Amino acid sequence: MFPAPIAGQPGKENAYRIALLVSLTVWLLPILAVALTSMRSIEDLNKGDIWSLPRHPKLIENYADVLTNSAMPNFIFNSFLITVPSVIGTLALSAMAAFVLAKIHFPGRAVLLGVFIAGNLAPFQALMIPVRQFTIETLGIYDTHLALILFHTAFQTGFCTLLLHTFIRRVPEALIESARLDGVSEVRIFYKVVLPLIRPALAAAAVLVFTFVWNDFFWSLVLVQSDDVRPVTAGLQSLRGMWLASWHLISASAIIAAAPPVTVFFLMQRHFITGLTSGALSE
Amino acid sequence: MTPVSQRSSRLETVLAWRSRHDRVLSAILLLAPACVMFFVFVIWPIIQTFRLSFYAWDGVGAKRWIGAGNYRELLNDPVFLHAITNNVIWLLCYGLAPIVGLAIALFLNQKIRGIRVARCLFLLPFVISQVVVGVVFGWFFSAHFGLFDKIVAAFDLPPMALLDHENTAVFGVIAAGLWPQSAYCMILYLAGLTALKPELIDAARLDGAEGWTMLRHVVLPQLRPITYLVLLVCCVSALRNFDLVTIMTGGGPYNSSTVAAYYMFEQIFLSFRYGYGAAIASVLFGMIEICVIYFLWQMTRREHD
Repeated sequence: MFPAPIAGQPGKENAYRIALLVSLTVWLLPILAVALTSMRSIEDLNKGDIWSLPRHPKLIENYADVLTNSAMPNFIFNSFLITVPSVIGTLALSAMAAFVLAKIHFPGRAVLLGVFIAGNLAPFQALMIPVRQFTIETLGIYDTHLALILFHTAFQTGFCTLLLHTFIRRVPEALIESARLDGVSEVRIFYKVVLPLIRPALAAAAVLVFTFVWNDFFWSLVLVQSDDVRPVTAGLQSLRGMWLASWHLISASAIIAAAPPVTVFFLMQRHFITGLTSGALSE
Repeated sequence: MTPVSQRSSRLETVLAWRSRHDRVLSAILLLAPACVMFFVFVIWPIIQTFRLSFYAWDGVGAKRWIGAGNYRELLNDPVFLHAITNNVIWLLCYGLAPIVGLAIALFLNQKIRGIRVARCLFLLPFVISQVVVGVVFGWFFSAHFGLFDKIVAAFDLPPMALLDHENTAVFGVIAAGLWPQSAYCMILYLAGLTALKPELIDAARLDGAEGWTMLRHVVLPQLRPITYLVLLVCCVSALRNFDLVTIMTGGGPYNSSTVAAYYMFEQIFLSFRYGYGAAIASVLFGMIEICVIYFLWQMTRREHD
C-alpha cells in the first residue's frame, strides 16, 4: 500500500483524522456556505453576514417559502417524471445489447462498441439541431416529458452498454455454454442466467444514470420551454433570474435541487463508485 | 405414416436449424432496440449536423448550399477565435485536475474507520449538478456578496469581482469546473492505488525507496493506464463545458469568457444561424475526437510495449 499505512499507530492516526477533518471542511466550504445561507434571514444577508452563524435562523421559513411560493415542487416532480423512466429504459436497452456484445460472437462487435464510445464522447452541440428538429417535426413531442425521456434513454444507453459489457464479459463462459447445450434459448439465458448474476452492475448503472439525467441542464434548455415540463436544473436557473439577490431563497433551491442525487449517492455509494471506476480497472 | 427414424431425424434438423438461428435471431432481437435508439438520437444527428454545416439556414426557410462558406467565416470571426482560445485555456487549466485528484487520492488511501465516508464527501462535488456548482461559485465570486473578495480583503488586496472583468472571468469559471473534475480524478486514482501490486511496493521499500522516489519510480508507472484515462476524461469535459459558462457568465462580459459550446448555442437561439452553429459544433466535435483518438492510441501503444 502506498503511502505507508498509518492504521494502528494511535498518534499518527489521530493526526490524520484531524487533517482529514480540516481538509474536508475546506473542500466542502462552498457547500457549507450555501447550506448556511439557505437558513439566513434577508436582514442578516443585507448586513453582509456570511460566515457567522445565522442570528435569526429561518431554516423552515426559507424552505417553506421556496416550496410554496415558487414552481420548485413542480420542477422536482418533473425531474422525477423524466429521470425514473429514463433509468428504466436505459437499463433495459443496454442490458440486452451488452449481453449480445459480450456473449454472442458476430462480426463487427468491436466496431459497434467503438461507435458507442465515439457517440458518447461527442459534444451535445453536435446533436442539438437535428434532435430538436426531430422532436418538433417528426415526433411532435417537443416540450413534453417524453422528448427528454427518449433522448436520455438513447444517449445513456451508449454509456451503459459499455459499462454492463465489462461486467457481463466476466460471467464464466462455461455457465452459458452448458445452458446452450441443454437447449436453453439465448433470450432465456440472458434472462435467467446473466441478469441475476449482474445485479450489482445494474445497480451501479442505475445510480449513475439517475445522477447524469437528473443533473442534465443542456437538454432541458433545448427540448423544453414551459414550466409544466421543465426539470429542476433549468428551473433553478429561471428562478435565479427571478430572485436576483435573494440569496437565501436561491441557496435553499440549490440545496433542494441537489438533494435527490446526493441522497441516492449516499444510499448506494458502493455501487456508484464501482460503476464510475470499472472503466479504469478494465483497461 | 412416416417411419419413426425418419421423423426423429427431421426433428433433429429442425432443432439444429432452430438452435443455429436462435442465436442469430435473438442477437438481432436483443441488440436492435439499443442500436436503433442510439442511431436515431445520436449517430444520425451527428452526421446531419456535419451536413448542415455546409448550408446557410435560419431554421425555418429553405436551406442554401454554400460549400465551405461557414468554415471560411469562422476563420475570420473574432468571437469564434476567442472562444477557441478560451477552449485551449480550459484544456491547459484542466491539467490541474489530475494533479489535485492524485494528491487527494494519495491522502485518502488509508484504511481507518470512517474513511469510506470521507471519500464520499470528497466525491460530493461530482455528484451535484453543474448548475448548482455554477450558482454556488457565481455567488462565491460575485462582487456584492462574494466570499472570494472577503478572503482577498483579509490579505489587504483590493476586491477583484473576478467574473465581472474581461481578463479574469474565464478563470473564475474554470475554477468552478476544476472542483468537481478533481473529485472525479480522485476517485479514478483511488481505484488505481487500490489495485497497485503490493509485492512491487514492498520490494521497493526493502530497497529503501520511500516518499517522492517511490511515487515517481514505482507508483506512477503502475498508474500510467489510469493517467491516460484521467487525461482523456479531463480533455473531453474541458472542451464540452457548457453548463458552467451559461450559469456563471453567459459568455460575458463582452464574450470574453465564451467557449465554442456556448457560442454555438448563441448562434442558434439568438441569431438563428443554424448552418453556422452546425459548423461550430462540427469543429468542436473534431477537437474532441482528436483528443480521444490520441489518448486511445497512447493507451494501446503502451500495452504493446
